[in-house]
Amino acid sequence: MREPPVILAQDLTKHYRVALKEETLLATLRHFFLREYRTVQAVEGVSFQIAKGEVVGFLGPNGAGKTTTLKMLTGLVHPTRGQALVGGHVPWRREKAFLKKITLVMGNKQQLIWDLPAMDTFRLNAAIYEIPEAEFRKRVLELAEMLALTEKLHQPVRKLSLGERMKAELLAALLHRPEVLFLDEPTLGLDVNAQVAVREFVREYNRRYGATVLLTSHYMADIAALAERVLVIHQGRLLYDGALEGLLDRFAPYREVGLTLKAPLPQEALAPFGEVRELEGREAKLLVPRERLTERVAEILRRLPVEDLEVREPPLEEVIARVFQSPVPAEEA
Amino acid sequence: MRKARTLLSVYLAYMLEYRAELFLWALAGALPLILLGVWTEAARSGDFPLSPGEFARYFLMVFLVRQATVVWVVWEFERDVVEGRLSFRLLRPLDPFFDHLAAHVAERLARLPFVVLLTLLFFWLFPEARFLPDPKPFLLGLLFTLLAFLLRYLMQYTTAMLTFWSERASAVEEVFFLLYLFLSGTIAPLEVFPEPLRALALLTPFPYLVYLPAGLLAGQEVGLFPGVWVMLFWGLVFLLLWRLLWRLGLRRYSGMGA
Repeated sequence: MREPPVILAQDLTKHYRVALKEETLLATLRHFFLREYRTVQAVEGVSFQIAKGEVVGFLGPNGAGKTTTLKMLTGLVHPTRGQALVGGHVPWRREKAFLKKITLVMGNKQQLIWDLPAMDTFRLNAAIYEIPEAEFRKRVLELAEMLALTEKLHQPVRKLSLGERMKAELLAALLHRPEVLFLDEPTLGLDVNAQVAVREFVREYNRRYGATVLLTSHYMADIAALAERVLVIHQGRLLYDGALEGLLDRFAPYREVGLTLKAPLPQEALAPFGEVRELEGREAKLLVPRERLTERVAEILRRLPVEDLEVREPPLEEVIARVFQSPVPAEEA
Repeated sequence: MRKARTLLSVYLAYMLEYRAELFLWALAGALPLILLGVWTEAARSGDFPLSPGEFARYFLMVFLVRQATVVWVVWEFERDVVEGRLSFRLLRPLDPFFDHLAAHVAERLARLPFVVLLTLLFFWLFPEARFLPDPKPFLLGLLFTLLAFLLRYLMQYTTAMLTFWSERASAVEEVFFLLYLFLSGTIAPLEVFPEPLRALALLTPFPYLVYLPAGLLAGQEVGLFPGVWVMLFWGLVFLLLWRLLWRLGLRRYSGMGA
């Protein structure tokens, strides 16, 4: 028998009512007595399932509905319509057993007590989550080691660097060893080293404890490194659910052809072979539709003075940008 | 039990980070000690139901009861909602009511040394306030101080629930505070109130927040009944109101996007 999914979302929908207000004094006065509202469709009929131990990337531009979806799955927001089950619980009932199974890390918010060492927040969380003292010590040591944070546990949080603080946030959020991790921009604002450290840690946590992870990130490298499967959401609708490579095929049926020419050529000379993305001296980059790749490459080799030629996948960032620039395909996903 | 102990010890550490501020807060609560001066002076020259010594003792106890029952949860809760920190609290398997309560109790412990210091100072300034309390009413007074703290906390926490509808629930608290100031016996003991006003005041929750415990501690003749029932009644009212507003409020908070 197949295991039931750890995360199940069915037709999840959230509409907000937002008060409208213009900036003039008159409008402010009018606003005071008579408010006008507009309905924002933050999330619209999103359905997906995530199995135990999966790491899934959640992609979408700002305001696409990622955070709202995470908030529904963690029980902070009641959906306008639709169902969800996380670890067998309806999230917005906020049962204790449910809260002990999940965690939500938000890169732009912190739960650590600012003026005290991180260790104090950990102690507090251990008590709240009813983790026995010995087990608590063991877990802190283990997680701190995985995060390379052991030295910093007794320094006031305000003295920590941004990267260290994020690591401590993760530690605080994972002390109760949740089975389901919701990570909202966990690497926001971190430098490359710290990003890699956080990424490695999430991967290791997933491997060690078989935890299920749903993460959003603006850094495609995070998603590429961690997630085999991605959900793409745009204007509240789910556009894509599948393997990361499939995303490339579906939204970027192109390959990038890098050329080193024997002598510089004008753009017009290259244009017949593909979309010229870059041209600098003897170096050029062309985008070529995938189904015509062989034919075009053969032609390039035959007609142009090529010294070197390389075929690459276009960068993920560019693919995603393309998806979000294009108008939403109606109910195609 | 371990939960409560850890919460207390962490919040105590937190409060001790702000010792200087705590001292100022304790000092700011010295209004009853000023009133003590005023009323004992008045009692010396006029016809009042209490002697100067009784006034002095009463106000000293008002000072102590108020120090023991300071509550600021409405401001804290307001900040949580405005800054979105309530979401973190909601993710934990502990009602924020108890989280904030633990912080208040811890603050009380951190404040204690300053309060003792101020009390000694005033015993020295007002020798007529010195007395040896009778243990039985005094212990009862301590018990009622605890109950007064819980009732005040519950009342203010319920007010804090209004943050879900207006981001300035503390403004409502300020109005409550005015009533509190007059009706609780902070400014004058209820003995000096004209009779109809006194009877009316005793039906509100306020006298049980200060007057009743302070009177007991000061060794005055205070009738416990039917006051205890009135106190219990208000406790129940606010308990139900808190739960109701909490439920409705959460739905609204969630509607706003948490």
